[in-house]
Amino acid sequence: MSALRRRKAGNIVMLSLTYVASVLATLPLLFILFHLLQKGASTVSPDFFTHMPRPVGEAGGGMSNAIVGTLILIGIAGAIGLPVGIGAGLYLAEKRTGALAMTVRFLSDVLNGLPSIVLGIFAWQFLVRPFGNFSALAGGIALGAMMIPLVTRTTEEMIRLVPNSLREAALALGYPRWRTSLSVILRTALPGIVTGALVAIARIAGETAPLLFTAFGNQFWSTALREPIAALPLQIFAYAISPYDEWHAQAWAGALVLIVIVLVISLAARHVTRARFGSSTD
Amino acid sequence: MTGSAVAARDFSFWYGKNQALHGVNITVPPRSIMALIGPSGCGKSTFLRSINRMNDTIPGARHEGSVLLGGKDVYAPGMDVVRLRHRVGMVFQRWNPFPKSIYDNVAYGPRINLRLRGRELDDVVERSLRRAALWDEVKDRLSETALGLSGGQQQRLCIARALANQPDVLLLDEPASALDPGATQKIEQLLFELKSELAIVIVTHNLQQAGRVSDYTAFFYLGHLVECDATGTLFTNPREARTEAYITGRFG
Repeated sequence: MSALRRRKAGNIVMLSLTYVASVLATLPLLFILFHLLQKGASTVSPDFFTHMPRPVGEAGGGMSNAIVGTLILIGIAGAIGLPVGIGAGLYLAEKRTGALAMTVRFLSDVLNGLPSIVLGIFAWQFLVRPFGNFSALAGGIALGAMMIPLVTRTTEEMIRLVPNSLREAALALGYPRWRTSLSVILRTALPGIVTGALVAIARIAGETAPLLFTAFGNQFWSTALREPIAALPLQIFAYAISPYDEWHAQAWAGALVLIVIVLVISLAARHVTRARFGSSTD
Repeated sequence: MTGSAVAARDFSFWYGKNQALHGVNITVPPRSIMALIGPSGCGKSTFLRSINRMNDTIPGARHEGSVLLGGKDVYAPGMDVVRLRHRVGMVFQRWNPFPKSIYDNVAYGPRINLRLRGRELDDVVERSLRRAALWDEVKDRLSETALGLSGGQQQRLCIARALANQPDVLLLDEPASALDPGATQKIEQLLFELKSELAIVIVTHNLQQAGRVSDYTAFFYLGHLVECDATGTLFTNPREARTEAYITGRFG
């Protein structure tokens, strides 16, 4: 009887510990959100999205250039990271055990773990230095290189979740292998792949390090791909280390906007995930 | 028997070093149902999947001898696997409709293989669903997802999907083993009606089912074709002792 009581007590203790741990796991995010709202919410106004930064000493102004810049950088990164990542993921999933597949899988895991500052320095070495100036293109390519392994691995995992019976069904209907891969396997895995893509975008949207030596940031309005371009994380960084209170307020607001963008993308990803294998009528 | 829809001549098959079939000789006449019976692992599914070469993708698989479809060796160098699978439909043990609409599932083959569009495609879809005895149950919801159908309906949808390619031969790998008796009966009735148009080869673990639906029955054991005969003869008067032992339930 006492053994039973001891086990029950142990159960309660362990349960409490995991409960505390799970609360602690969410605490940082809640704390950050609360703090950002407190510091930044008052500065976020319609102007923040539509106006350019004002000079020091002038109140108001916004980060329209940085928001547009971030969107352009995400666009470039996506144009590189999505096709390459999805293609590589499809290859890895279909050729599970080949020597090339094993190598690619390992290298993409290594690339995934590469500190982003290293990627930034490489991008500077090969995409900035030879051309003599910082550019949106270099920043976008650096972010794209970060996206590739993320998208590759999620694509591979999502494709592996497609039941083999569907592959057999398509092959048995006389579909060539390439068509089976495209129209059945990729099509079925699509919601999962979209989720993976959104998560990857959310991840790179907030990256600062790869942009420091590539996109560099820009105080002026610029959408030219060959010129330095503003980005939210860079603008936040520049404003946060400045000595001016107005700029500090802008940095808080920028951080709030950035985190909301990332949250919205993550929510969208969850929504798409829930629709997986669901009632698509297409 | 006049001619054959499917035939095997001294057909052996290996998965790597493991020989799964030993010199199988069998003839499936046109417009008939051939049931393949035998204990698990006896090679009957391997043989079924050799007919439309679904085993090709397995690494280390090889064969000797030939499988003839309408007199032509399906393993001949000039044989196009894609063409072959248009002519030989297959239905699997676990129904596997695509996560698409009912219509799109059936239209899947003809849309690409026969390049049908519009009205012609509609006609093929309707005809195939009627042949699979599913039309009346789904005609009002063709655009809904196939995954909302019951198990038995999904399996009949898979049959309709295979029929839409207008095959000469239909292969079924334990099509009713996961279905309830009512759904099983519908499938069996359906097979009986279909055999006026094509040859059917069905793998089954259910001896009563083999007895009910098939014209011929082949008993496989340890990769050998032990005996193949008219179903009535094989069940009532088997030549081989092993066949008798299996059908009377003494092993397997």
